[in-house]
This record gives sequence, structure tokens and C-alpha cells, in this order.
Amino acid sequence: MRGFASRHPIWSLIIALAVAVLLWLIFTPWPPGLVEAIGRKRIFLNAIFGGITLGALYFLVASGFTLIFGLMRNVNLAHGSLYLLGGYLGFEVSERTGSWLLAFPVVFILVGLLGMLLQHQVFRRMEGEELRQTMVTIGLSVLIADILLWIWGGQSYTILSPDFLSGPAELPIISTVRSNGDIIYLKYPAVRIAILIAAIVIGFAMWLVLNRTSLGMLIRAGVDDREMLGASGIRTQYVFLIVFAFGAGLAGMAGIVGGTFQSLSPGEDTRFLLASLVVVIVGGMGSIPGAALGALIIGLSETLGLVYAPTYSVVFTFLIMAAVLAFRPQGLLGQTR
Amino acid sequence: MALVDRASVSAAQSSPSGIWIDKVPTYYWVIGLIMLFMPVIANDFWLFQVFGWTFILGMIALSLMFLAGYGGMVSLIQMSVAAVGGYMVAIFGTSGITDLSLGLPWWLYVPIAIIVAMIFGTIVGALAVRTEGIYTIMITLAIAAAFFYFARQNYHIFNGYTGFNLVVPPQLFGVDWRQPMPFYYLTLAFALLSYFVVVYVSRTPFGLALQGVRDNPRRMAALGFNVTAHRVLAYTFASVIAAVGGILLVWQNAQISPGTAGIPAVIDILVIAVIGGIRKPIGPFIGAFIYVLLRTFSPDVLTAFGMSGERFKTLIGLGFLVLVFFSPDGVLGLWERWQNRRKRDPLMGSGETPGDRDVGGRNV
Repeated sequence: MRGFASRHPIWSLIIALAVAVLLWLIFTPWPPGLVEAIGRKRIFLNAIFGGITLGALYFLVASGFTLIFGLMRNVNLAHGSLYLLGGYLGFEVSERTGSWLLAFPVVFILVGLLGMLLQHQVFRRMEGEELRQTMVTIGLSVLIADILLWIWGGQSYTILSPDFLSGPAELPIISTVRSNGDIIYLKYPAVRIAILIAAIVIGFAMWLVLNRTSLGMLIRAGVDDREMLGASGIRTQYVFLIVFAFGAGLAGMAGIVGGTFQSLSPGEDTRFLLASLVVVIVGGMGSIPGAALGALIIGLSETLGLVYAPTYSVVFTFLIMAAVLAFRPQGLLGQTR
Repeated sequence: MALVDRASVSAAQSSPSGIWIDKVPTYYWVIGLIMLFMPVIANDFWLFQVFGWTFILGMIALSLMFLAGYGGMVSLIQMSVAAVGGYMVAIFGTSGITDLSLGLPWWLYVPIAIIVAMIFGTIVGALAVRTEGIYTIMITLAIAAAFFYFARQNYHIFNGYTGFNLVVPPQLFGVDWRQPMPFYYLTLAFALLSYFVVVYVSRTPFGLALQGVRDNPRRMAALGFNVTAHRVLAYTFASVIAAVGGILLVWQNAQISPGTAGIPAVIDILVIAVIGGIRKPIGPFIGAFIYVLLRTFSPDVLTAFGMSGERFKTLIGLGFLVLVFFSPDGVLGLWERWQNRRKRDPLMGSGETPGDRDVGGRNV
């Protein structure tokens, strides 16, 4: 961090200024002139929070993708299918048992097992053949998408959030000040706050595991040099299996999350595959902090675009990606190899 | 190796070649004649729906094959480039949406459509060549998705979700080109043209340099070739073929909508190119024929086996999966492998490859 500041003083200044302006926009009541220019503060705050929550969801999907790619160079274009499968399974579990929380471990294990099967039966046979992996996973995603359509049909499902998370929660952020002096605080759905917190906790836990445990050390060593790790006596295939199962399970759990605060329908798999592609391209391949940053940027740009320029919100995402590609092809936090 | 090459070149030059027709292999004649007289044996449905569609999809997949096979860049943008060409025909030509279509004559809107699609493909290519391998696939896929969503959202140019309908080819020389037989010959002519242009370009200095860039970009850069320029130019060239395919596609369907360039369609082009074989220009057409046959007849076959006709995607996905799992080079790869196996000596085990025979023969 300090290295970045000393190397790029101008950029640090610009970023610091942007963060300061953002914080000011969030925490102070807006003057009337600003409200006239870009609308009510409540709309802006909702867009910001919606963007952060969407970013959290994107992070859950994309972190598994980037971890798998970073460690094994495995290109899993069936990642979106794992997301959708997890969502449907979670829907079934929570419908049958009535427990939303129970769906998470069940889906994590089931989709994780499927991930292990994929790694063991598909990817291990074509290590290093990226193009073939791409083709096979594309074929798999076509197949899985059609089987899911077969089982669950074309209608869209929404997973009901549990009672203790339904309804709004009040945040200590001022939305508007009424003329009589009453201060109105921002209300936001509790389930989305829970999702946001869960994503932060998972991200932090991943960072802890990667940086503070021996398993994390193995994974980081594998990211840097797979062959040397294998040569020093580690059974890399087991590490690969664990990481693949974890990434797949994460995508499955993200499916429950996405099914709770959005909906599940055919086509969501490609949407989330593309979202994770864009997120990891922007953030940098194989980097967990990069995935977090990219997910935040893409989520914010999508919702802010939806609020302030509804027609072209998708194009903003694309423009960000193109700009990153043009000026920093390895991604914002990616490393050149 | 260099000796052999020089020897083969001098042999080719010194051999008393007759007229060029003599050099055309027999199976070219057979296939050409079958194609030429197809309207005699095939009915309208086969001509228009099966063969017309095969040639069009084959051309779009051919542009992908050119990039992937000769340039080493697997680009998923080709369907979007084709759709841009189709959209431009609808926008600058005539369509059912009279508010948005400009109604220019055909000799104006066809070149405009090709040029606009070419520019689009070149810009995407310029972005995509900054990356390599799997990154190219991801980036072109993401841009293709962005184009799909953009076209779906934009009502001022692309007419949003509905797109354009009643886009028909011009009545040239008093022929209705949308009738099955004229359309068959129209698509056949352009498919043949694009096939031979690709074969020709692959042998020009540009094509050879492109293949050099595919095999070893650093060495080519060290030799003084501009690697990036070659790659971007390859995108430009491929975009022209894809654009022609897109224009024919919009004429065949008489309509274009964002779904034409949706993610499934984009993936289908890759599937077609891979099924056929991505190393030779004939591969995409074989792949397109297989795909169109499956797409057209698999509902009937599935129903005959007592399954729901909607499951044809499962069939295609499963077939594709099995094929890429066992033969990365598609049907052509299977064919070559089968031929090699047939040549193999049952006692000695080792097969005589054609390359060995050539070297031996010329060195003597």
C-alpha cells in the first residue's frame, strides 16, 4: 500500500479524493442544489448499497473461478452452470425442509462433490490444454443447462428468505432531513445486509486461509510454480481437488444467495459466467483481492448505470473492461507472468 | 529440412505442368458437380433450409477457423460481427420498421454493411490481440455478450428486443433471390468464394506470416514482422467473411433480432467450427452440415425414440462433448486418424505417415 502511494503519487491522490467525495456523499445530508442536479439522496444510496450487495454476490461467484484458474490454469466455463445448479438445489432443500440456512451446507457439499468429479474426471485428463478445456466445459455447460431446463422448467424461482432476515433494517446513515428537523435514516432489506456481511466474512476467511495456514501456503506455492510444488513432494492433485471442490461449492452457495435476492431461471448461468469473466478480467486473473475489487466495481457500475442511465448500464460494464484491457491488460491487481 | 523444402519447390517448378485444370483433384470435381446439380435431386426445404443454412453458418464458422487455425486466436466475436453486418443491411436498406430503415439502394447498403462490420471486427480484434490463448476467448465472449445486451437495450438504432423484420434481398436481374433455388446458388457461390479466398490468403505472404506468428510470435517479431498488425489484419479479413455470412443470414431469415447474436448462437459457431475441425478451411462447412442436420432432424429422431423433441440441445451438447473429449480436431481429425490406422502395418505396428514418404521420395 505504501509502496503504491510512493510510486504513483498522482493516482493515490485521485483515488483518495474519489473515496473522500464518496464518503461525503454517503454520510452528509445533501444540499438542495445537489438534489436538483442528480436526484434524491435515497435513490443514490440505494443504488450504492445495491451495487455493493451485487458486488458481494459477484465476488462469491468469481472468487471460486479465479482461484481455480489461478492455481490450476483450469478454464472452467461451466462455472455459471454450477451457480445455477446450486441455486436450484438450494431452492429444493429450503422448500422441503423449510430451513434456509440448512440449504447452504447441503448445496456446498453436493456442488463441491460435483466439482471434485469434474476435476478428477475431466480436467486432470487435459492438464495444460486450455483450448480443449474450454471446449469441453462449454459442451458441459450446454448439457447441464439443458438438463436443468428439463428438470426445473423455464419458469423463474425465488428462494424465500427466513423470517429473521425478512423486512428492512435501519442503517445509521442519514437519508433525508425533513423540513421540521426530523432525521430519517436509510432503510435497507436485512437479507441483503446479511449477504454483504457473509461475503465479507467469506472473503476474509479465504484471505486468512490463503495467507496464514499451511494449506494456503501450498495453494500459493502452486499458483507461483506448480511443477516445483509437485517436485518437492506435495501431492498436487489432492490440493487441486480441494481447491476445485471449494470453488465449485462457493459457486453453488452463491446460487442460493442469488436465488434469494434475485431469481433463478434458465439463462442466469451464462449471465453469472459472464459476470465472473468480466470481474476477473477487470480485477486480474488468479487474484482474490482482485476479484473483490473487480466485483465491487462491476456491481457498482451496473446498479449506478441502471439508476442514472438505464438504457446503457451494460455498456458501462463493457467500457470499464475495455479500458482496463487497453491500459492494464493483466487486470487491476493481476501480476504479469 | 531446409534442403527438402528447396528440393520440393524446384521439383514443383521444373515439372512440366499441363493446364491448371489437370491439377484439381478428382474429389473436387465430384463434390463440385454434386453441389452444382443439387437442385435436381433435393427439394425446396433441403435447398433453402438445410443447404442454405449450412453454407451461411459454414462461412461464419470459416471466419473463426481462419483466426483460430491460421492465427491461433479463438475468437467468439464472429457471430456478433455477422450480426452487425445483418443489422446494417436492415438499417441502411429496407425493412418492416420504416422509421429506422434508411432505404438506400442495394449497391450502397451492402458495401456499407460490410465496411461497418469490418470496422467493428477490427476494433474488437485490436482489443483482443492484447491478450493470448484463453484470455482471448473470455474477452471476445464478454464483448459478444455486451453487443447482445446493447442491441437489446438500444431502441434508436437497433430497435431493441424486436429487431427488424421483412429484410429481403434485392430483386436483382429480375430474380427473387429468396426463392429456394436462387438462394441456394447465391449462398453456394459466396461459400465457395470465401472458401477459396481463405485457401488463397493462407498461401500469400500475409497468410504465411500469420501462421508464423501463430507458431512463434517472438521469433517472428525478432525477424522484423509486426506481430500485432498481422493479428489485427487477420481479424479484419475474417470480419469481411463473417459479415457476408451475416448479410446472407438476415436475408434467409428475413429478420434480425438481438437473439441472432445471443450467447447460445455465439457458442454454436464455436461448436460448429470445432465439430468440423479447426485446422482446415473445409472443416467449418462439414461442421455446419452436421449441426444443421442435428438441429433440423433431431427432434424427429428423439420423438421416434419416445423422448421429448425439445431435448435436441442435450443431444448436441453430448455429441460435442464426446467429440472434443476424444478428438480435439473434430470430424476431420477422426477421419485422419482412421486413415492413419488403416495405413498401419499390422505386423510392424508403426504407420507410414505421408510426410515420411515425401521426404524419402524426394531425397532419392
